[in-house]
Amino acid sequence: MNYAVEVENIRKTYTSEIGTTHALQDISFAVNSGELFGLIGPDGAGKTSLFRILTTVLLADGGKATVNGFDVVNKYREIRSCVGYMPGKFSLYQDLTVEENLNFFATLFGTTLEANYELVKDIYIQIEPFKKRRAGKLSGGMKQKLALCCALIHKPAVLFLDEPTTGVDPVSRKEFWEMLKRLKQQGITILVSTPYMDEATLCDRIALIQHGTILSIDTPQKIIASFPHPLYAIKSPEIYRLLKDIHAYENTLSCYAFGEYLHLIFKEENHNDELLHFLTNKNHEQVVLKPIEASIEDCFIELLK
Amino acid sequence: MRTIFFLLRKEFKQIFRNRALLPLIFVAPILQLLILPLAANYEVKNINLAVVDHDKSPYSQKLISKIMASGYFKLSGYYEGYDVAFHQIEKDEADLILEIPDHFERNIVKENTEKIFLAVNAINGTKANLGGAYLIQVLADFNSQIRMEWKQQSRFNEAPTIEVMHSNWYNPMMNFRYFMVPGILAVLVTMIGSYMTALNIVKEKEIGTIEQINVTPIRKHHFILGKLIPFWVLGIFVFSFGLFVVSFLVYGIIPQGNLFLLYGFLAVYLVGILGFGLLISTYCDTQQQAMSVSFFFVMIFMLMSGLFTPIDSMPSWAKAISQLSPVTYFIEVMRMIVLKGSSFADIKYHFVAIVGFSVLLMGWAILNYRKTM
Repeated sequence: MNYAVEVENIRKTYTSEIGTTHALQDISFAVNSGELFGLIGPDGAGKTSLFRILTTVLLADGGKATVNGFDVVNKYREIRSCVGYMPGKFSLYQDLTVEENLNFFATLFGTTLEANYELVKDIYIQIEPFKKRRAGKLSGGMKQKLALCCALIHKPAVLFLDEPTTGVDPVSRKEFWEMLKRLKQQGITILVSTPYMDEATLCDRIALIQHGTILSIDTPQKIIASFPHPLYAIKSPEIYRLLKDIHAYENTLSCYAFGEYLHLIFKEENHNDELLHFLTNKNHEQVVLKPIEASIEDCFIELLK
Repeated sequence: MRTIFFLLRKEFKQIFRNRALLPLIFVAPILQLLILPLAANYEVKNINLAVVDHDKSPYSQKLISKIMASGYFKLSGYYEGYDVAFHQIEKDEADLILEIPDHFERNIVKENTEKIFLAVNAINGTKANLGGAYLIQVLADFNSQIRMEWKQQSRFNEAPTIEVMHSNWYNPMMNFRYFMVPGILAVLVTMIGSYMTALNIVKEKEIGTIEQINVTPIRKHHFILGKLIPFWVLGIFVFSFGLFVVSFLVYGIIPQGNLFLLYGFLAVYLVGILGFGLLISTYCDTQQQAMSVSFFFVMIFMLMSGLFTPIDSMPSWAKAISQLSPVTYFIEVMRMIVLKGSSFADIKYHFVAIVGFSVLLMGWAILNYRKTM
């Protein structure tokens, strides 16, 4: 099997006056060609460090990694010509116009906008009306589209997107994921990191990452299916008191806030009525309890235990 | 080549779009060259002289009017006694006290000798030194004048005397600006070369654009050349502007030496200074750090490179430091070529030193520059 990205026991440690941070601890995984692979984890999980290692701008302390068959240490030059990288922070020249930025990056990769116009067309059309505008004066969503265009300008085999949707409004986020799906159809392998669990289901496969270790790698569906307990959602008008009382209830395995509901796992099955009775005794009214399917976030919380 | 061309185009676009930087590049040289040489002037005039004349004779009057006629002194007043005059020094209204004793005239005529008392306020060392020296010169002149009047002149001098005649070379009018302008021009080029280069590269680090550049297949030397060539060109431009527009039109300084030699030296010097800027940028992560570090060095360069104070009069340890500053050599060469018309043979050691500095600074910077983090 030919993997687009292969990571073996990659390790990275940062040392500073305040102590040592193990950003990545012996991480291993592989991404298939043409896959949309998600790295899901909270801030500080090590996602950016991993991306920087794979895009050859950071050296790992140990382990091996290849991108598109090239070793990240020995063959960094080949990798730089065949990957696209969009850093989490907007990193284009704010004082150059949209067009100038695109042409500049195209030149750095030894190509032109015209040569790869087909690939970026869908995205570029949306920002074309502003092509004479300086990048710094674009809105957040536009900046992102421009950054994606610049990362795609040389038709990369692998595209690395570091938290592309952080700080972007929900509509633009949705649009962005649709763009990624279209890019995938063109055969580009995409690695995307995000702290948003709800975006995980949009990936082909995901890796849940926390404190520099991978908790689980699989398709989102399989990860959800592997959730070991029946899960319930419960709510009442007095949500905080409800949470405290459920924690006091003897048959509660875990209970945590999740949007307007609390997510609840029992130690043993079939205690629904008993819990409702218990809560009625505690003067809770309008309690709603229903079984639900686990989300990626539930799986993540479960794996963290 | 195409890559470098595009990099250069991008750099120049960015420089010309920078509303804060652009005026600085053009206005700063003019202002600095116009203001600094006029203000930084060692010629001392308007020395306030307090006179205590106990004699009040025609001779003492003659002496005082001779002093005033020299043009360096301003009479702050006549005072009754030394204590009163000293009070004027305390109030900073007098720089010098001249006390003429009782029977000044009588003693000079009768006994052929008399003493005069001189007190100098030495808080401002230069002013005190020069003021004292001027006054002593006037007194010596006065002295020989009296001798002429009273002594029977023999046909030949009894005691042989040597009279000193001098002429000022390279700067016949002893115009201090001729000395300052080439030096300030050298410092200006240094500042533009080091600050702007360091800040420009660190800015890319700070706003993150370097991260995007680093993942491209662009070669390290392309990137560095793309960064340095614009500032090399700017340095030459600012220098020419200062040399031909300000220094020639305003101060009338016409370079005496070969212009090709001057520009050849400048070209090599700029490589060293740009290397210095690049070196700073490889060690700094923020513009604030880069600014502080380069300011620290430029400050030392300015004070230790013989711009204001001659290196020859520095203590030996300071001399050693000034020898380690490339600016020293450039200021010296500037003055040599512009004022003296020196040829390559005269500046060959400076040239060797500056080539050494350039290779060292640029080499160190390039070795230290990393595309990875």
